[in-house]
Amino acid sequence: MSQGLVILGATSKIAQEVARIAAKEGREILLVARNEERLEAVAGDLLARGAARVETIACDLADVANHQALWSRVENQMPEFTSVLLAYGTLGDQVRAEQSIAYTMRELNTNFISAASLLSYAAASLEHRKTGVLAVITSVAGDRARRSNYVYGSAKGALTLFVQGLRARLFASGVRVLTIKPGPVDTPMIAHMKKGLLTASPKSVAAIIYREMEEGKAEVIYVPAYWRAIMAVIRAIPESVGKKLKF
Amino acid sequence: MTSDIEIKSGASAKTQPSAPPENAPDTSYKSWGNYPQASHCKILRPAWMDEITGKLLTDSAPLLAYGLGRSYGDSCLNDGGTLMDIRGLDRILHFDAEHGSIVCEAGVSLGEILLIAVPRGWFLPVTPGTKIVTLAGAIANDVHGKNHHVEGTIGCHVEQFGLVRSNGGEIICSRDENPELFAATIGGLGLTGIILRAELRLKKITSAQIEMDTVPFATFEDFIRLSSDEEGAKYEYTVGWVDCLSGRKTRGIFMRGNHATEGKLQTHPEKIKLSVPFNLPSFTLNPFSIWAFNNLYYAMGRAKAGHSQVHYDPFFYPLDKVDNWNRIYGHGGFTQYQCVVPNSEVAAFQEILERIARAGQGSFLGVIKKFGSVQSPGIMSFPRPGLTLALDFPFRGEKTLKLFAELDEVVAAARGALYPAKDPRMSPRMFRLSYPRLEEFRRYVDPALSSSFWRRVAEEKA
Repeated sequence: MSQGLVILGATSKIAQEVARIAAKEGREILLVARNEERLEAVAGDLLARGAARVETIACDLADVANHQALWSRVENQMPEFTSVLLAYGTLGDQVRAEQSIAYTMRELNTNFISAASLLSYAAASLEHRKTGVLAVITSVAGDRARRSNYVYGSAKGALTLFVQGLRARLFASGVRVLTIKPGPVDTPMIAHMKKGLLTASPKSVAAIIYREMEEGKAEVIYVPAYWRAIMAVIRAIPESVGKKLKF
Repeated sequence: MTSDIEIKSGASAKTQPSAPPENAPDTSYKSWGNYPQASHCKILRPAWMDEITGKLLTDSAPLLAYGLGRSYGDSCLNDGGTLMDIRGLDRILHFDAEHGSIVCEAGVSLGEILLIAVPRGWFLPVTPGTKIVTLAGAIANDVHGKNHHVEGTIGCHVEQFGLVRSNGGEIICSRDENPELFAATIGGLGLTGIILRAELRLKKITSAQIEMDTVPFATFEDFIRLSSDEEGAKYEYTVGWVDCLSGRKTRGIFMRGNHATEGKLQTHPEKIKLSVPFNLPSFTLNPFSIWAFNNLYYAMGRAKAGHSQVHYDPFFYPLDKVDNWNRIYGHGGFTQYQCVVPNSEVAAFQEILERIARAGQGSFLGVIKKFGSVQSPGIMSFPRPGLTLALDFPFRGEKTLKLFAELDEVVAAARGALYPAKDPRMSPRMFRLSYPRLEEFRRYVDPALSSSFWRRVAEEKA
């Protein structure tokens, strides 16, 4: 259906794989991420794989003060966009967060505040056009705070709620809002962790995301789907037990 | 440049491309022959070229880049050291569909290049018998294929590449810029630096099909005739499959082909459907099953003899159809013996075939081909004018090593050479004899880089 795809956090591994699928379909893609050199590498790759046009904007997405300027550049460089995918986030270091409140605030800013800000700009644009898809990668970690990564989890949880709100707001204008909750994916983000059986490949996760964005009807997807069941169990653990768990 | 936002794939990987928190050695990276085994202290998995710096090399020494692990022996292993898995560098940076040049990151596979290039009418200038190798790995081994007699090795078609050494940042190497490093890196077994990206010149095609002739041969002389320069000039691709049990009464199937001019520019299927899920018991391959297979293959070749048109995938990559086919050799692993002897040493070549047949250890089919005289820029390149034989062997310990040592003597006496990409056991002497420019090469080996192979055959005694 749609042509222009805007990806916020385009150098994330999942975003790159989503963009490759879009490129193969001959789409126009606007990539936003911080590192210019890396953006250029991704852009070249997408063009080689068949993208009709690739635009890039290098900027620090966590810099909320810059978002208005950023969004006018987005509108300018790809005025005809119909899909937006927000794909950035940092897993962060929970131990460090507990030692540094400033660090905790920075992590919350990256994973929630800055995302909420950008999504507000995107929502306004799409609301005005009365069409399109707004897809946001949050995390299964946002379904329940855990001892080992509650800073990340709470930011993603807040983001999940924010996106839920946007969905209700944009419903009237015919804009679809999609919440994407991946489990652990084999990306550099978790390269330092041991990979379990539940670690999914970025390619397979991206295929599910892209298909859902383009053709799906769901509001919230877990990727892979079995995470819906796993998280239902984890959410059902009573607080009196949950507080004693270390995972 | 580090603000605290990181875009999922970034800085965490930069400071620590990936070491498991616990220092358990990693044994998951294997060579294709599954022999020898190695364990690595640390695995780096960079996702971006900029993560690979001279400092990272120095800090990770001894280090070796690892691609798709299709080297048979230990040239892709670094026992006790660090491996850098470069498959994360999988981007095609630029594809010029008008002039047929492609710039890729190091970890892009030849199969991935075909998926991009074929629909636009371009093909690999040279391809080995599998497309599941990385571009950087292909350069580091200066791979050859069925068109060696006309196109030389892949190194002949590499325009330039970017190389990081432990003493600095990315260096561009080409025939004009840093030509010595260019020449040392092609066939340099990954020891001269880490290749970040490379530019390859492609070959124009108008069809994905190959016009193929299948010609059975029943004597060695027939094979030589089929491989002659006049015959070779008519066919871009030539190769002989030889029944490894036939010895001096060499029989086999000669396959030769050219790119078809008509047909669709259709790529190979992206997914591999068949797979060997686990190591098979080692008795699967025994003299009887091998004898039966070779007879069957020869009979089928005879039946199919003549002209046909086939897609490039089955023509070049028959074994890529089965994922992990190396597992048919079981836990013991296998190896390959690949040598080349000068054209004047036909007798030595026949003696090698004879000894293999007598020993009865070979498996399935041997590949024989006459290399041409196109000179690779690589000073450590394996192919050179002459006859080459490549044959798989299940690894049976002493028995296998003894046979190989015998074959070595024949190769050495004939002033031939062995191929490191296939080797788990050659002696330092055989390596020296095979590569007369070894001492010159040594000067370009980066002090932070090493491999199990290199320490085994070439490291200077301290």
